[in-house]
Amino acid sequence: MTTLVTAVIRPHALDPVKAALTAMGVNGLTVTEVRGFGRQGGHTETYRGAEYTVDLLPKLKVEVVVAGDEAAGVVDAIADAARTDRIGDGKIWTTPVASLTRIRTGERDAAAV
Amino acid sequence: MAVVVAFANPAWAQEVTVESVQANLDNVFLMICAVLVFFMQAGFAFVEAGLTRGKNVGNIMMKNLMDMAIAVVAFGAVGWAFAYGDTVGSFIGGSGWFLSTGGFDNVTKEVDFFFQVAFAATAATIVSGAMAERTKFKAYAVYSLVLSAVIYPIVVHWTWGGGWLSELGYVDFAGSGIVHMTGGVAAAVGAAILGPRIGKYGPDGKPRAIPGHSMPFAIIGCMILFVGWFGFNPGSVLAAEGAAVGVAALSTAMAAAGGALAAAAVSWIRGGKPDVAMAGNGLLAGLVAITAGPDVITTFGAALVGAVGGVIVVGSVWLFDRVRIDDPVGAVSVHGTVGAWGVLAVGLFAAEDGLFTGGGFDLLWAQIVGVVAITAFVGVAMTLVFLGIKHTIGLRVSETEEVEGLDVHEHGYPGYGEAIHVGAAPSGSSPAATGVPAQAPSPSPAVGK
Repeated sequence: MTTLVTAVIRPHALDPVKAALTAMGVNGLTVTEVRGFGRQGGHTETYRGAEYTVDLLPKLKVEVVVAGDEAAGVVDAIADAARTDRIGDGKIWTTPVASLTRIRTGERDAAAV
Repeated sequence: MAVVVAFANPAWAQEVTVESVQANLDNVFLMICAVLVFFMQAGFAFVEAGLTRGKNVGNIMMKNLMDMAIAVVAFGAVGWAFAYGDTVGSFIGGSGWFLSTGGFDNVTKEVDFFFQVAFAATAATIVSGAMAERTKFKAYAVYSLVLSAVIYPIVVHWTWGGGWLSELGYVDFAGSGIVHMTGGVAAAVGAAILGPRIGKYGPDGKPRAIPGHSMPFAIIGCMILFVGWFGFNPGSVLAAEGAAVGVAALSTAMAAAGGALAAAAVSWIRGGKPDVAMAGNGLLAGLVAITAGPDVITTFGAALVGAVGGVIVVGSVWLFDRVRIDDPVGAVSVHGTVGAWGVLAVGLFAAEDGLFTGGGFDLLWAQIVGVVAITAFVGVAMTLVFLGIKHTIGLRVSETEEVEGLDVHEHGYPGYGEAIHVGAAPSGSSPAATGVPAQAPSPSPAVGK
């Protein structure tokens, strides 16, 4: 049984998150540039005297697949590393993974983590 | 020594005199200034590209390239004759077709033409930014032909060509009114007839920002224009006279600085943050403002005239936004509104002849007549031209083309090549790392009509 941990974090939080995960033995992750909004909403800026709203803020989505019993520890590590206590820190969720395959060797599930 | 000079330049071979050396100096000086003014085309291209979106960057470059090419041929063929030929009723020139006559005093016809045509290209290219992101390329090409072949030369004939405005006493040293206001008024008419870009106004009718895609382009463009202006104004002395050239150059620098400082300050006070693009517009406004009188306004008077230009440009951009004349780069304000200010400033501050310098009302009156006459003539003529284009070949691109970008639809491929997704894409490349969001959605995505 493996679990997908997905975290949407501030772009500048990537380095501490990566360091924390590496320190606890996680040996692979996937990062995607995403844009979105949450409870903080957007904000208004002015350009040449006209207003515009920035309602989709740039974030990074970090995805890591871990053995099921490690998921809780990984979530805590990401949360600790990405937290600034200000609105807009992001979210973390977990998803059960139906199957996992390492393409090179054909290993399955826990062996493929 | 004399022999060497004679061989090097047979045209002046008869005798080396103080006058012949001065004549050569004048020609070389004006030639260098002409090159500087030509290089302003690069500045305009950068400013306009930076303040518009990446999906239209190739189109902006093409317009700036082609209006220069059109101006050189059209102004040479007929514009020069309309501007400087023997006058027909003080209104238009009528001789010298295809550069058959011309030149003055020490300066040869060729050098004089090269300097003058750079100004014609400047007047034409001002419009490109105001009509950016929604004008058909062929419509722009037709407009640019008419302006540089006929409209601008007529304004020149009235003034530098010895026509009725110059007889009235109108003073415009390097063309705040003749070059910049002509371009600015044409830009206002064009942008008004085109209508605003899709998404410029929200459902509530309020103007929305459509931020440009590159502040580095915009500001480097302003700096190139700043440098080019040292050909524009000092070159308009039309002779290598060190003292006069220095005075014009110093006034030009002071006015530009005043304009940039004032626009940055006003945008900071009004919007809470100093606006980068607006400070760039302020620099250009300062330059446009002093262009009518860099020779007759004192050094710190020039700084003041430039600073007032910088304040005016911020207010003018705000105003045109609200009357639904969508000018993405502020060309109408920088060249039109501030061009008029520059002309009037001569009437107020010119040494001896200005209203504030004890010269009475005569010069200011001539300047007011000049502003009204040029605005009315260019406004009416360009209204006819743009309406004619609109009802024949069409002025505006389709909605689909505007949304997807003019680069691909008008010219066949995107200005930024990363956006091409056809054929076998190379693997392992990282589009996200290029930093140029050529296809990124606008921050104000709602489509308004």
